[in-house]
Amino acid sequence: MIDLRKSDPQFKWEIVKKEGGEGLLKCFGCSDCAASCPVRYFDERYNPRKIIRFTLLGMKDVVLKSPFLWFCAHCHACTERCPQGIRVAELINAIKNYAVEQGYCPEGYKMQIDLLMKMGRLYEVEDFDLKKRQRLGLPPIDKTIPEVAKILESTNILKVLKK
Amino acid sequence: MNKYAIFLGCTVPVRAQHYELSARNVAKELGIDLVEMPGASCCGFPLKAVEAETALLIAARNIALASKMKLDVITLCNSCTAMLSDAQAQLGNEEFHSKFKKVGLSYPNEVRVRHFVRMLYEDIGIEKIGKAVKKPLSSLKIMPHYGCHYMRPSNLYGFDNVETPHTLDELVSVTGAESVNYADKKMCCGGSVLGVDEELAITMANHKLSIAKDNGVDAIASICPFCTVMYEDNQRKAEAQFAKQYGIPVLYYPQLLGLSLGLDGNAVGLKFNRIKSDSMMEKLAR
Ligand code: SF4
Ligand code: SF4
Repeated sequence: MIDLRKSDPQFKWEIVKKEGGEGLLKCFGCSDCAASCPVRYFDERYNPRKIIRFTLLGMKDVVLKSPFLWFCAHCHACTERCPQGIRVAELINAIKNYAVEQGYCPEGYKMQIDLLMKMGRLYEVEDFDLKKRQRLGLPPIDKTIPEVAKILESTNILKVLKK
Repeated sequence: MNKYAIFLGCTVPVRAQHYELSARNVAKELGIDLVEMPGASCCGFPLKAVEAETALLIAARNIALASKMKLDVITLCNSCTAMLSDAQAQLGNEEFHSKFKKVGLSYPNEVRVRHFVRMLYEDIGIEKIGKAVKKPLSSLKIMPHYGCHYMRPSNLYGFDNVETPHTLDELVSVTGAESVNYADKKMCCGGSVLGVDEELAITMANHKLSIAKDNGVDAIASICPFCTVMYEDNQRKAEAQFAKQYGIPVLYYPQLLGLSLGLDGNAVGLKFNRIKSDSMMEKLAR
């Protein structure tokens, strides 16, 4: 149930400020995004238009706490169809970024950040891998890229996740 | 001489060496020079949902490496292509550029980012590839799978047709194989959903697997390691979830192209494909 008494009028402005969120206010609710969405096609619990609608209505808790926000595959099918020229996939991504800031980061992503901090890549390059590469005639690759940790330390991301 | 910086990303050099191997060997056959990028890291895509700005900076750092080399970037993974293209575009934005400079990076020479397959299509071209084909795969029926970030978002790429893509179809046809035309060509593999809801992700992957089965294809042609994870590594799970039997090989496009250029199974790393392509190879030998 939508209870407008619980709405937060600031919510939409927070999203508009974020990278990718700039188009939010242009949405007129046509549902073309939902109609073109492959995730929605297979699972109606996910609906990009609804997420955008609730965001415009200031239903902050409903949007941020919903596990379905994370169902977006970032496939850009919606971006191609939106008659308002909204970068819909980027808008949903901006809402995800805001959810993270508010303390709703899925565990899987936190683990990936740990790996990137440690190695600068998602998969560990073991000696076995390097030997296999050599056997196949593939050039060697760096085991770690420490510059990535430097970038992570220079932005807000670690503070947001309290690392 | 076509010369490019090759960006490998995290997945390909560790989990999909057969993709890398076949791409490099195809490049050699076609006179393409792929130059290594020492110091290249993760493209940044895995962080985008957490904080886009950090992801963009990590991507832009990789672009900066290629920029110093004065070489355009070639990628093998669709998601890397999207992430690096996004960062490349953002470097034209003053606010982002100043953050980029603040972390000590510079972008001295403008460089482009493109997928390996797009480069084949645009820079080598169907005609020249056709002339290099020595062993046409005439007996094979292949289903091309584009993946989302090969041509979307169109405002970043301006390439192919997002509703009815055709470049990979043409590239499959030029090997001599029949490229299967089917509805829902642009459908997502479900890879991004795998960590969130496995059943749903498998349902998405199953959609194309069942189309492939209905069309009696010999193999699916993939151009992204994540799509391959969905169609090949998770094919068993799709079979279990939907009580179906598929057994459909999933080859990377350069593996197929390599075979048509006369490379042998080893040179395109066929033994590393999880679903064996023996019956496909027998058909070819006939
Ligand atoms: S397609 Fe665009 S305008 Fe229509 S509902 Fe979706 S975001 Fe809003
Ligand atoms: S980007 Fe997300 S919302 Fe848009 S079509 Fe793809 S899955 Fe649906």
